[in-house]
Amino acid sequence: MDLDYGKEYEDFRAEVSGWLSSNWPPKGELAELPLAEGAARFRAMASEAGYLNRNIPRKYGGGEQPPDAIKGQIIREAFAKVHAPMEARGIGSMMLVPTLLERGEEWQKEKFVKGTINGEIIWCQGYSEPGSGSDLASLQTKAELIGDEWVINGQKIWTTTAQQADWMFCLCRSEPDQPKHGGISYLLIPMKQDAITVSPLKQMTGGADFNQVFLEDARTPADHIVGKRGEGWSVSRTTLKHERNSIGNAAQSEAIFKGLVALAKTSQYNGRPALQDPTIRQRLAGLEGYILSHKYSGLRQFTKSAKGEDVGIIGLMNKINSTNIGSEVSKLALDLLGDDGMLDPIAHEEMTLLPTGGNRGWINQYMYSLGIAVAGGTGNIQRNVIGERGLGLPRDYYADRSSGK
Amino acid sequence: MNFDISEEQQMLQETVSQLIENECPLSRIREIFEGTDGYDPALWKGMVEMGVAGLQIPEEYGGAGLEMLDQALAAETLAYAGAPGPFLGHALAGLALVLGGSEEQKQRWLPRLAQGEALGTVALAEGDNVWQPEQWKLAGGSTLLGQKAYVPYADMAGVIIVGVAGPGLVLVEKGASGITTENYDLVDRARQLCTVSFDSTPCEVLPEGAAASERVRDAALVLLAADAFGSGQRLLDMCVQYAKEREQFGVTIGHFQALKHQLANMALEIEPTRGLYWYAAHVFDHVQDESARMAALAKAHITDRTMQIARDAVEAHGGIGFTWECDVQIWFKRAMFDRAWMGTPSVHRERAAQMAGW
Ligand SMILES: Cc1cc2nc3c(=O)[nH]c(=O)nc-3n(C[C@H](O)[C@H](O)[C@H](O)COP(=O)(O)OP(=O)(O)OC[C@H]3O[C@@H](n4cnc5c(N)ncnc54)[C@H](O)[C@@H]3O)c2cc1C
Repeated sequence: MDLDYGKEYEDFRAEVSGWLSSNWPPKGELAELPLAEGAARFRAMASEAGYLNRNIPRKYGGGEQPPDAIKGQIIREAFAKVHAPMEARGIGSMMLVPTLLERGEEWQKEKFVKGTINGEIIWCQGYSEPGSGSDLASLQTKAELIGDEWVINGQKIWTTTAQQADWMFCLCRSEPDQPKHGGISYLLIPMKQDAITVSPLKQMTGGADFNQVFLEDARTPADHIVGKRGEGWSVSRTTLKHERNSIGNAAQSEAIFKGLVALAKTSQYNGRPALQDPTIRQRLAGLEGYILSHKYSGLRQFTKSAKGEDVGIIGLMNKINSTNIGSEVSKLALDLLGDDGMLDPIAHEEMTLLPTGGNRGWINQYMYSLGIAVAGGTGNIQRNVIGERGLGLPRDYYADRSSGK
Repeated sequence: MNFDISEEQQMLQETVSQLIENECPLSRIREIFEGTDGYDPALWKGMVEMGVAGLQIPEEYGGAGLEMLDQALAAETLAYAGAPGPFLGHALAGLALVLGGSEEQKQRWLPRLAQGEALGTVALAEGDNVWQPEQWKLAGGSTLLGQKAYVPYADMAGVIIVGVAGPGLVLVEKGASGITTENYDLVDRARQLCTVSFDSTPCEVLPEGAAASERVRDAALVLLAADAFGSGQRLLDMCVQYAKEREQFGVTIGHFQALKHQLANMALEIEPTRGLYWYAAHVFDHVQDESARMAALAKAHITDRTMQIARDAVEAHGGIGFTWECDVQIWFKRAMFDRAWMGTPSVHRERAAQMAGW
């Protein structure tokens, strides 16, 4: 065990900090641009310098660097220190881009990757349907190849950012005669067409981040398929793997815990500052045990993957660990809020673990932590995975393993 | 940056585990559970020969010159195997001398502890949940008058390091006048604890004892955390194994999702804590500012997790889980010991809160 980075890496840290000090915060013309545009330009520069999008080839706008988890970590630390923006965290760059890089055609990478990581192309994920959630492979949205176009009919639901999206990566049933998992294709569908209707779904928080999407003879060119016909299920597994990793980030758990301690400093509880109350102190320190476990598990996994070793069962636990922490933190926060726990939440535009907006931000967090627990696979589904893949217990019995209908 | 144990450390765990398998298999542990010694001479002899009695004692005094992490990894392995014996108190006594003793005291005792010629132990508790150095009331000068509680293997020990108010730590030799020991009737039969009474018993002050006493406490917390982690892992593995063998309703019970999810939850509770105890052990030697608080949080968190897993493990075994015959009881009781010795989780959570400036 050695928590120092060593000379080579400390030199690299100095290099990154040096580059940052001359490029962030933005100067001159760049500083005049609106926030989003300035951030996009900064990201492109940082990619060119090899600090962002490191696993993405230069021809697609990436930093193209040999894999080096430690350098990646140093960059995260250095950027966080000066609050410089990292890679855009949209569903497209987090889930679609890694999938395209692994499974896409050359022209698809050229067409989509650069715009997506720069934030010019916005994506949504069209997986869930009214009748197909946990049992995703039962999905029924139909895709037929007619001439040189796919024609798509069906309904998607819970589709986050569908309102803003330019494109949808979508699972459709294209081979109705094939068994359930073998009949699915992974299509890329332009959202801005008349045959697609997006209707927002109001969440319990009052906001509307997700939507229903109706596809009625929607069209996309025949070559807008990732993988071959009928391979959509295995292509989608690539994407889900990335979704679960991104939800499992321990830095977020630490940040939200800091916020909780700050809240305990300013709240009153049993007639005194909450932080002085013995039960609150116990609960905080109890939660910190979970957060530190999650954090050091993360470091251990980070080392294992840097060495190219299998991380083992812990790799299956990140999503549920971090969503459990998010729930526990927000439950304690609600106790600290006391009377303010009756107020309406501030609605978030973004799915985020970080509460902002004072006490009403915590109320949003109190509810949103549940949304995040469901999104990307519910707790029960995660426990199935841990039990079956992690502990080697027998698989659940599914009644309709074979039929596509 | 490498947050992982080394090949040598893995090897240490493997050899200790092999030794226990040869010298003290489960059948032998069950025999020990029928008695009250908590001791297996062959196993302790083997551990001494292997160098496990002197892991943190510097090489110049005949020890292995290793670190807290190595000691903690050994504790994990011993716990996983359910090994009985005086490892914990002996390790802490050695550390107390390394950190607090005079050169003369070190030369006199450390080689004997490292080579197992003498068994060491620590007398910290005073009853009524008094464990922490800042609570100690027993006065330490050139003689001792009073009592210490929950002292591991005191009747076998050649040297007892006693926690006292003022100088922090003093040393009492076997056979010193006025010492009497009495064994407790313990739930965990793989351990042994005694009360030790001193009646004008001669003792020697450890010159750096005041500072060392806090470090010895932190070391104890790390070793208990590591022990609890090993126990929790073992309990989980036993349940998973049983779920793959036991049949009801015509299938192995691991088919039932409710049970599968219970086992997944147990895994979710214990597996992530491995990194926490590693880190607490690592900072003991390398980031001393963080050490006291990490040790407190690791002990509180992991011993609590394992205690609950032990309760779940009984349920997961059904009726047999409630029997003396079922091996679950061995680790259930080990978990009870680990949770209570040196103070219960809530004590250390409150300490952690204070140390954070809350
Ligand atoms: C905030 C949010 C954002 C989302 N964004 C998107 C998005 O952008 N794109 C997208 O495609 N989807 C999205 N989703 C949908 C999400 O993936 C699904 O809601 C989720 O997979 C669960 O499916 P379901 O809602 O149909 O619930 P169901 O599958 O009907 O589950 C209902 C209950 O049954 C349990 N259950 C189901 N099957 C089993 C089983 N085999 N064993 C044990 N218990 C079981 C579940 O755990 C749950 O408790 C989002 C959801 C939320 C909440």
